[in-house]
Amino acid sequence: MLPLPNFVRKDRLASRHSALPTRWRQRVHELLGSINDSENPGNPMAEKQIEGDVLLSVRDLHVQFLTGAGLIHAVRGVSYDVWAGEIVALVGESGCGKSVSSLALMGLLHGGDATRISGAASLKGMDYFGLSEEQMRRLRGREIAMVFQEPMTALNPVLTIGIQIMEPMLAHLGYSREKAWNRAVELLTLVGVPDPERRLGLYPHQFSGGMRQRVMIAIALACNPSVIIADEPTTALDVTIQAQILDLLQDLVDELKIGLVLITHNLGLVARYADRVNVMYAGRIVEAGTTSQVLRHPRHQYTAGLLKAVPQLDMPRQELLETIPGQPPSLRALPEGCAFRPRCSAASDKCLEIPALTRSTQDHSDACFHPFKDNGVYPAAGTPEPIKPAISKEALLTVSGLTKHFYLGRGATVRAVENVSFSVPTGGTLGLVGESGCGKTTLARLLLRLEQATAGTFELDGDDLLFKRGQRLKDMRRKIQVVYQDPFTSLNPRHKVADALVEPLLVHKLRKNRREARERVEEALSLVGLPSEMGDRYPHQMSGGQRQRVGIARALVMEPDFIICDEPVSALDVSIQAQIMNLLVELQKKLGLTYLFIAHDLAVVRHISDIVAVMYLGRVVESGRRQELFAEPRHPYTQALLAAVPSFRGLKGEGLSRGPLQGEIPSPLNPPSGCVFHTRCPLATDECRTAVPESRSLTETHKVACVRA
Amino acid sequence: MRNVFPPPSHGPLWANEPKRLPNWVELIRNYPFGVVGLLVLVIIFVASGLAHWIAPYDPLETNYANTLAAPSLQHWLGTDTFGRDLLSRVLYGGRTALFIGVSASIIGSTIGAMLGITSAYIGGWFELILERFLEVLLAIPTMILALVLVATMGRNLVFGIDFNLVLAIALPIVPNMARIARSQTLTIRRQAYVDAARTLGFSSSRIIAWHIAPNIAGPYIVMVTTFVSQAILIEASLSYLGLGVTAPTASWGLMLAGNAFNSALTAPWIVIFPGVAIALVVFSFSMLGDALRDIFDPKASAGR
Amino acid sequence: MLRYLLNRLMLAIPTLLGVATLTFFMLALLPGDAVETMLRADGGNPTPEIIAAERARLGLDRPILVQFGDFLWGLFTGDLGSSSWTGKPVLDEIMLRLPVTLELAVLGMIIAVVIALPLGTLAGIFHGTWLDNLIRIFAFGGIALPSFWLGMMLALAMLWFFNWLPPLGSNSLFSDPIRVLQQLTLPALAVGYRYAAMLVRMMRASVIEAMSEDYVRTARAKGLPASSIVRRHIVPNSLLPTVTIIGLEFALMVGSLVVIEQVFSLNGLGRLFVESVARSDLIVIQGIVVVLTIIFIAINLLVDLAYAAIDPRIRLGRG
Repeated sequence: MLPLPNFVRKDRLASRHSALPTRWRQRVHELLGSINDSENPGNPMAEKQIEGDVLLSVRDLHVQFLTGAGLIHAVRGVSYDVWAGEIVALVGESGCGKSVSSLALMGLLHGGDATRISGAASLKGMDYFGLSEEQMRRLRGREIAMVFQEPMTALNPVLTIGIQIMEPMLAHLGYSREKAWNRAVELLTLVGVPDPERRLGLYPHQFSGGMRQRVMIAIALACNPSVIIADEPTTALDVTIQAQILDLLQDLVDELKIGLVLITHNLGLVARYADRVNVMYAGRIVEAGTTSQVLRHPRHQYTAGLLKAVPQLDMPRQELLETIPGQPPSLRALPEGCAFRPRCSAASDKCLEIPALTRSTQDHSDACFHPFKDNGVYPAAGTPEPIKPAISKEALLTVSGLTKHFYLGRGATVRAVENVSFSVPTGGTLGLVGESGCGKTTLARLLLRLEQATAGTFELDGDDLLFKRGQRLKDMRRKIQVVYQDPFTSLNPRHKVADALVEPLLVHKLRKNRREARERVEEALSLVGLPSEMGDRYPHQMSGGQRQRVGIARALVMEPDFIICDEPVSALDVSIQAQIMNLLVELQKKLGLTYLFIAHDLAVVRHISDIVAVMYLGRVVESGRRQELFAEPRHPYTQALLAAVPSFRGLKGEGLSRGPLQGEIPSPLNPPSGCVFHTRCPLATDECRTAVPESRSLTETHKVACVRA
Repeated sequence: MRNVFPPPSHGPLWANEPKRLPNWVELIRNYPFGVVGLLVLVIIFVASGLAHWIAPYDPLETNYANTLAAPSLQHWLGTDTFGRDLLSRVLYGGRTALFIGVSASIIGSTIGAMLGITSAYIGGWFELILERFLEVLLAIPTMILALVLVATMGRNLVFGIDFNLVLAIALPIVPNMARIARSQTLTIRRQAYVDAARTLGFSSSRIIAWHIAPNIAGPYIVMVTTFVSQAILIEASLSYLGLGVTAPTASWGLMLAGNAFNSALTAPWIVIFPGVAIALVVFSFSMLGDALRDIFDPKASAGR
Repeated sequence: MLRYLLNRLMLAIPTLLGVATLTFFMLALLPGDAVETMLRADGGNPTPEIIAAERARLGLDRPILVQFGDFLWGLFTGDLGSSSWTGKPVLDEIMLRLPVTLELAVLGMIIAVVIALPLGTLAGIFHGTWLDNLIRIFAFGGIALPSFWLGMMLALAMLWFFNWLPPLGSNSLFSDPIRVLQQLTLPALAVGYRYAAMLVRMMRASVIEAMSEDYVRTARAKGLPASSIVRRHIVPNSLLPTVTIIGLEFALMVGSLVVIEQVFSLNGLGRLFVESVARSDLIVIQGIVVVLTIIFIAINLLVDLAYAAIDPRIRLGRG
């Protein structure tokens, strides 16, 4: 057994654990014998004495999996501490080990001998890694609880919410059913679920995603645990709901003095909510410290690169993002020494050794031999962007009055897209932004003619496309191409990349034979920055970023005029997102392409668009040039969206307002009367409840559909 | 008994990757049932395929001097009520069972898969009507449907094989396979790469050939294997009822028919061996089918 | 809930009509002349005149649509026609034989469910262990052993070891339940084993799938003991797909029943069916298929009911 940290004083241990069952105290005393005061490997930050209680401390945690594909060393020596009443963020890209390390701490990994864990973890001073599965079980849900990413699947569909909240109390605290019920009512009230008595008798499918996540939090709180681990708790939720959930967690941490571990890939969330942050890369913590230190003065090259690569609403917009080249390493074949070395511009021979996490200041440490040096505050405060003259006045694509209703039978109608009009200038980019269910994907499918519109028109270059059939439809399809969100499902796993790209050229007879088509494909591959030998690979032999490049190349081989990008970067890792966005911008310049860019991430949309349209429940509520819309949002929904996006505008505790928008997105099956936004709108009046607001022009380009704006 | 959720082992890490076992050892370790099934099937296929050369006697050769003989060195599995050699009859019966089983399964699955794919892809009224029709067919138990078909179609002997019998066994497979192919097609149709193909201007038939068919090949092979065992069982049942293969063709079901049960009171081997033969073949096909399912679609079968 | 059931019932009617129609036309239109086959089955060598006369007697010389209309009307009024072999009303013949078959089916189903659910759950929970492998072999056995042969073996074993055979003759469940049980237990075991095997496989697969679901991970994160995770979270969710299979695989058992009745000389529907097939007695065949379909649909309605009882998403509607 590894030694416990030296801040754990033997005399304090026993008293802290009076809360544990009696049979446990025996175990605690056994454990005391194993504690010695030797130096610990790992995080020097953790050794610092801080006022208050250390709730969770992790020392040199390693996790290995033996899989069919080989040995995966998923976590390679992670150490950190969580104090009472603070939010500690674990931030990193997919596969960096942030989730696995937390599951290991919860004792939720299984797999017998195929999974190996080493290191130590202590909860309120008691080393619990040596405990048996049964003893571990008694800790879970009682002392350490977890909130998962997917609220839609994390609750049991056949049990009522009430039973699911009561379960941990019945299992751990020996409550009677009545007492547990009363506590459950209390808990639901605490997490902001209205009408708790009635809600306890309902089933998960009767709740929305945001409400389910509140229920998950209530379950985690049931036994008053000292530590809660929240694993991407809002990734599956919309941005306005995300703000509500995290505000709630923040309040709970403050009131109940819980230690919260927030696992996320979103640096904006870290900035807004975390007190301290641990940046992970390839299974190790590469940088740790207070949020302001790490985000304002990053030292590790990876952290600095990441901060530059993420577009932020409050930073000046650059034409291109600074990117981290390459891709995260495979955990099966890690590079020698610093895992970031192959992607690092500052790397030297020294980096062939693994750098240890060393303290640079009182509350900041990093594992880098060549730390990033910035002058002063990074990132610099934003200066407003000058309004540039609009790009081409000529519209390539004009959409007017486009409407799509889905008829579900029994008179039920989903108004997915309602009277949408906009135009996209030649060579420009229209960014379409909105939360889930706003109809942005349906709109894309209408333009691609994958669905037939109910009403409206759209023209490409003056040519009406809505009712084209046969060969003329086929010709039109060549001109409009698409890049999909998920590079995993948008390529057929059974075709080699080159074959998948050659085929459409032959279908459209754009090239005479397979050999000429192959040449064209290699051209397209090199345009998107892939070597031609990639053509002989299958999709599963490529990384997500490479696949997305193939997706773009597939659109390009057709020499289209217009490309619809449907959330093209949202499935990608942060460091890859920037590469793909830059590629799209460069291609636009080089080939004169016109884009419709659909996304839910406002910062991404701002970065790439010339014109932005905001959708809510099937309608465009506001549209305008980027500079206008982001500088002076007029519709209350746009304002709320912008306010809900966490960014570096202000760090935690720097006097930032909370997520302003309450309530949930209504169902498009039964949208509110009048202005669809009135149910959540802070400005709503009686007029909004009845009259559908007309879209009116504020400037030549800026339009808003709100009577109060 | 291990824990329901076996906890990971706390303790020393692997310093190096543990040595990988050779691929064939991995295969046996992961799919022991499938490998056994495959081996047994290979043996059975070879033995019954070569029945003409390896069977010790003519399966039709009667010997009234030696009826119901117990298994011996001359007659490894004994003889039946006519003194025919059981081993030879079991070998020839295997030929019948495998031929009818495999051909019925392939015919039924292929027609079913084609119907399922086209109906799911084309949609509209064609899908609606076909869907209803298949639902109706599915409501009639397989065995009953086969019996009805036998009753109406009569016999149609081609090279000693009753082709109508093959059809009667194959047709009930059609709706089952069609349903599976349909749901698979619908799943694949929702994939973004099919949308992408449509936006690239691919025609429906090209999308079916280029995207859908290759992705259905896996489930198709699995289902063919599964339906072979079903077809063999139905052939045996029909023959047992006197409605399938007719004498003098050797068939396992036929060997159990008639007064075999009464003779079995004194000579149990005459019913034991044909039954064991049926069970062994079907057992092996099911084990192989299960393993193939795991290999082709690890998610659907879970486990492992 | 009520709407769901009504919905299901409404869906069942076209299926039933479809089966009736399909059977009718299959028998009427498929190649092979049933009357000729029937007369030949007698051992005779009928002249074309005799065949024509027989067709006229059975009304088979009328236009096909008239015959079909007749058949449909009969279906509505509960008249399935008369056997062309015995001349007795088909419905009477069927009603006489139905009880044995139903008793056998229900007994087989009970045996299957009672064996399969616990075994499937065990195999799923401990998948990959020796226990799982044992149960899987047991299940493969059920799928591989032809039920009629298994029935024979069971009967032979009884005779061999206990010198006992199931009693013959028809017995009423109400007047002599013990005798009925004696008579039906062996055939029910033989068909139930196969049914059980299907259910074991489904239950095992569902349990394994449920174990990897997010809500089970949530339950573990709550620190619930394994027993209550299995009882409250894994089993109810795994029952959903398994219950559906109980209904669907009932059809499979009906197929085995037809054969097993021959083995045990039970005078049930299956026996009548096989006899009618051998005699090409189309009207009886038609009647039996319709009745079997009604039973199959009824069983599946019951299954839907059970499904709704377990799954609140069905019971309460979505959203």
